[in-house]
Amino acid sequence: MSEIVKDKRGRAPAPTPTSGAAGAGPDGGGPAGTGPVPAGPSTLRRPRLPRWAPAGVALGSVAVGVLVGLLGGLESRVQWGLIAALVFVVATFVLTSAVEGRRQAVDRLAASLVWSSFVVAVLPLASLIWETVARGIPGVSWYFLTHSMNGVLSWQEGGGIYHAILGTLQQVLLASVIAIPIGLLTAVYLVEYGRGRLAKAITFFVDVMTGIPSIVAGLFVLSLWIMMLGFGYSGFAGALALAILMMPIVVRSTEEMLKLVPNELREAALALGVPKWRVILKVVLPTAIGGITTGVMLALARIAGETAPIILLVFGSNVINANPFEGAQSSLPLFVYEQWALGTQAAYDRAWAAALVLIVLIMILNLVARGIARWKAPKSGR
Amino acid sequence: MSATTTDPAPAPAGGPGPEPARRSAVRPGDRIFSGLSKGAGITLLVIMAAIAVFLTIRAVVAIRANEGNFLTTFEWNANADPPVFGIAVLLFGTVVSSVIAMLLAVPVAVGIALFISHYAPRRIAGTVGYVVDLLAAVPSIIYGLWGALFLVPHITGLYEWLDDFLGWTGVFSYDGSPARSLMTVGILLAIMILPIITSVTREIFKQTPKANEEAALALGATRWEVVRMTVLPFGRSGIISASMLGLGRALGETMAVATVLSPAFLINISLLESGGGTFAQNIASQFKEAGAMGRDALIASGLVLFLLTLLVNGAARLIIARRKDFV
Repeated sequence: MSEIVKDKRGRAPAPTPTSGAAGAGPDGGGPAGTGPVPAGPSTLRRPRLPRWAPAGVALGSVAVGVLVGLLGGLESRVQWGLIAALVFVVATFVLTSAVEGRRQAVDRLAASLVWSSFVVAVLPLASLIWETVARGIPGVSWYFLTHSMNGVLSWQEGGGIYHAILGTLQQVLLASVIAIPIGLLTAVYLVEYGRGRLAKAITFFVDVMTGIPSIVAGLFVLSLWIMMLGFGYSGFAGALALAILMMPIVVRSTEEMLKLVPNELREAALALGVPKWRVILKVVLPTAIGGITTGVMLALARIAGETAPIILLVFGSNVINANPFEGAQSSLPLFVYEQWALGTQAAYDRAWAAALVLIVLIMILNLVARGIARWKAPKSGR
Repeated sequence: MSATTTDPAPAPAGGPGPEPARRSAVRPGDRIFSGLSKGAGITLLVIMAAIAVFLTIRAVVAIRANEGNFLTTFEWNANADPPVFGIAVLLFGTVVSSVIAMLLAVPVAVGIALFISHYAPRRIAGTVGYVVDLLAAVPSIIYGLWGALFLVPHITGLYEWLDDFLGWTGVFSYDGSPARSLMTVGILLAIMILPIITSVTREIFKQTPKANEEAALALGATRWEVVRMTVLPFGRSGIISASMLGLGRALGETMAVATVLSPAFLINISLLESGGGTFAQNIASQFKEAGAMGRDALIASGLVLFLLTLLVNGAARLIIARRKDFV
């Protein structure tokens, strides 16, 4: 509703400024128009800046930023950007308050701050993706994907991540075998059965559990499974910690989806005399299955990139170990960390290449999850 | 059992009123299923309790053997014969880097949330929301790799600049060494916690009552005045709790800190120079060399981290929950 109102507000005065700008443009140019009492009809309305003013000011401030950067010999591009942003904000404010008045100026100031915060957020992601792809692609090859690091020294080129991919897949699979049933059942309990204090406590602690640092989950499994019960480092120990991290995410997303299932469906099935557990299994869960799958895949994407618990529990290894229940394994994120820690150029190259493979894996999981969400979205929602 | 008594409640609403007597006989399938789901819920609670208990057990062992003061010692020699270690440096580093991250991230995140909910054209808004979610999906180790190999070398210019203008404060003095400092960690953490703060505040801004916004518009308010008078007051508690969720994330972040920071057990008054450490980073980097006592000591520091995040997250969730009750 407000969108429409805003649009009308934005559009209605548009003809006036353009004509005013056309009048003011030739003699004063943009910035010099300090005293433009524009000739003509718009005496009841304050003059406005032309439409292209923000773009023009942006262009000008980028130019100033580059100029100052070049002349001042500033090395960091970050500084150039900061100067340009500062010039942009100040110029817009001064210009608008001169032409349109203080309130409009503050409005524009806020708008430019909001826009620049958006740019600030996009830049790191763009840089991150760019660096990972640019530095990772040279290292990725069929050989890299199908060989382990067995016998490769830190400064040597070559080697591969087969053992790490294998470890990641096994650990994530084991973790989801543990976490998905518990998470699903908990969500079912909270939505379908839970009343009273137990349900409230579970809801609260699921929320709190979402915030447990991954390294703390790792320490817990370390103290219980390895130090207390005396098992060794293994992929399974890592999977236990990953499961702890995964459960609350699965619970949250499943809960949201189950709440979206219309009550009429449940009531209709119950009215036919179907037992409640069959209603849940045959009506409620199938209705929400799209959203649940999405949530589970996002949770998988999240835990596939976890490193901290893996360091503590899986320990890392250079050779292929296909048995997740015994002996140290590797995993993709751990491999990236280990190679980074070696600190040689060859190792850095491997780290970037493995990071690229990891990011591609996670993006695929994300995209598939969102695809399923769009495909199976409950139609009643909007 | 209490679950089964509430169980028939929705059923009568659906219809079959006539024979309530037979309803009370619970089918075995129902009992098993509700028991299973209740058991799963209880399992989660048990896990939370077990985390606290087992960490405490090991921590007590370590603290008993500690020759230094656990809270004030500026040293971490847990593997030495009389083990001496203290969390003072770690606490300082963890809190400082997380607070830097929060100070940097919250304004930007609120800006992006406003951008998505009130400023951007609708089509762009959807894309931006998607990009922000993608930022959340990138694993922390990749942020760490990027931070260590790209951000650290590229940020020295900015630090020299800060040193030129603000170096006299001491906090921003910079000696030109590689920028593997708490400040760089804070900046990296800020990028990492942006998505969670953004998505929570965005949801809350979207719930602003339309009537309030339209009333402000009808009075001739500019867009910023609408935001300032209706959206921000409405979302204030949401912003607070979202920042605390972000703070919780930043406190427990491991890999990004472990790769970027060059740790040292000292408190450096300058945030731009290397030194310091955080709980999670210390655990990750000391673990491989740690003996039995060293591990117990690391677990003790992990317990402190656990309690810290529990406190911050619990407070954030309580604020959100209270707000839900009122609105």
